[in-house]
Amino acid sequence: MANWFSRIKQGITTKTKDKKETPEGLWYKCDSCHKIVPHEDHENNFFVCTDCGYHQRINSKTYLKILFDENKYKELNPELIAADPLNFVDTKKYKERLITSIQNTGLTDAITTAYGKIDGQKAVIGCMNFEFIGGSMGSVVGEKISRAIDLCLEKKVPLILISKSGGARMMEAAFSLMQMAKTSAKLTLLASAKLPYISILTDPTTGGVTASYAMLGDINMAEPGALIGFAGPRVVKETIGKALPKGFQTAEFVLEHGFLDLIVHRKELKTKVAQLIRLYSN
Amino acid sequence: MTHLDFEKPVIELCEQLEKAKQIAEKSNIDMSTSLTEIEKRIDITRKEIYKNLSPWQKVQISRHPERPYTLSYIQAITDNDFIELHGDRNVKDDKAIIGGIGSIDGESVMFIGHQKGNNTKMRQYRNFGMANPEGYRKALRLMKMAEKFNKPIITFIDTPGAFPGLEAEERGQGEAIARNLFEMFQLKVPVICVVIGEGASGGALGIGVGDKVFMLEYTWYSVISPESCSSILWRSWDYKEKAAEALKLTAKDMFSNKLIDGIIEEPIGGAHNNPDEMYKIVKRELKKYIAKLKLLSPEERIQKRIEKFCNMGVYDEIKN
Repeated sequence: MANWFSRIKQGITTKTKDKKETPEGLWYKCDSCHKIVPHEDHENNFFVCTDCGYHQRINSKTYLKILFDENKYKELNPELIAADPLNFVDTKKYKERLITSIQNTGLTDAITTAYGKIDGQKAVIGCMNFEFIGGSMGSVVGEKISRAIDLCLEKKVPLILISKSGGARMMEAAFSLMQMAKTSAKLTLLASAKLPYISILTDPTTGGVTASYAMLGDINMAEPGALIGFAGPRVVKETIGKALPKGFQTAEFVLEHGFLDLIVHRKELKTKVAQLIRLYSN
Repeated sequence: MTHLDFEKPVIELCEQLEKAKQIAEKSNIDMSTSLTEIEKRIDITRKEIYKNLSPWQKVQISRHPERPYTLSYIQAITDNDFIELHGDRNVKDDKAIIGGIGSIDGESVMFIGHQKGNNTKMRQYRNFGMANPEGYRKALRLMKMAEKFNKPIITFIDTPGAFPGLEAEERGQGEAIARNLFEMFQLKVPVICVVIGEGASGGALGIGVGDKVFMLEYTWYSVISPESCSSILWRSWDYKEKAAEALKLTAKDMFSNKLIDGIIEEPIGGAHNNPDEMYKIVKRELKKYIAKLKLLSPEERIQKRIEKFCNMGVYDEIKN
């Protein structure tokens, strides 16, 4: 009987110097259709799957690069960081969560605000960072938006807010809740000054962010397929006690129900924003 | 009467009092001294208990089934000179937010508030005080009408949250609340908001932007209920007491964090123990602040309202 199981050659025979390395991040596997494409192609397509059109979640740095001319802009108020007014402790201290998030993301909080030019037109952009405690809105997010609006008023330029958030930050409790009121208050000043506000809702936008500035745009636009809602899908499912209809709370669903002006593919994002600013500022 | 567990010592004394009364009746013995003695002890015990309530116990009182709800306040304050107005002129009449015009000692006021029910059937009818978007839109319609006729607005907040249902999402729950926040900041008339029970999250804030925002002594106001907070952050429903503590949701905490303008004291043993006294206190405070706010011009009121909310928040600045 042939000896099928005993090893004839011993060990790995390839020498270490002949080993072939596959560089990290060379390939991207789509979260939705699982198609694998070279990372470079994926990036050139604005991090949208070339096959199924799935919009991968991207961070504020990438959005600012997509929108601002030549990736040139001035970041506003990077010095603002979260305090811990309530000494909040759940399974972990809020202070520790903050330190970990700052270290892991290299960001200071859940929004980055910046001033620059979009197709030659000056504008202020605030873009949320989902990787920073779920993009949750606390005092810093409220204050940064508030100061961004102050700059819009001073320079007489439009405001663009890109939302990507699970809602209010629980660890700042009622302070977070009041940021909904604070940002809305400031938006009334922007409205009185007749400066356009474009709200861009990206995946996901829920809770207190939806129930305040994200839904208050003169123009509400969204990325295809983005989850947009007030209550999270899990909570709604528990409430109604049955499966949710297909496509529930997607950007397309929200547009059909009348709460969005348009849905824009990421590769057209800059063109559309620039066009809107031009049309409203003429 | 429904009793909370921490009220037990008072209940026992009340039972003693009942028994003593019965004995006195039957035996014709004069027991008035011991009766007044027990009554005194009831008072002292109640005061003692209510002086040292934990945040969670306050949450329990805020949800006491016999606590007065919005319509009872309105009826008492207006002495029944009130007409309820229905509907958002769009899809429906929401039963969880009510509103209408009434008068306080001859002065017309627009009332709006969350409404809960006081028995199982009514609780369902009122959707447990959880409003749908049409509730917030009805509220906004009434507020705009108040502005048109130059009448002050009073809102009563008492909700476990905006309703997280399928149709609520379809009809734009988020947009409805957001729109109210935005519009309430620019209302030209005085706006006073009072948390009379539960103040949960965006559902509460949706009618909660005012020149003056007050909380009754044993109410709570926060970004989330202690139960939901426990389930999300601790991944278990068992940490509600801890969550109530951590959220700093009591009237006292909210006032010291400068997130509300004042606390309205409740009668000993809470609003449910003496509703008539509660209505009187609320009416007195409302009258006082309407008069004060009327001294300001609409522009001054709007500016102060905006400034007040814009000052909310605590953050640090790092030096480079």
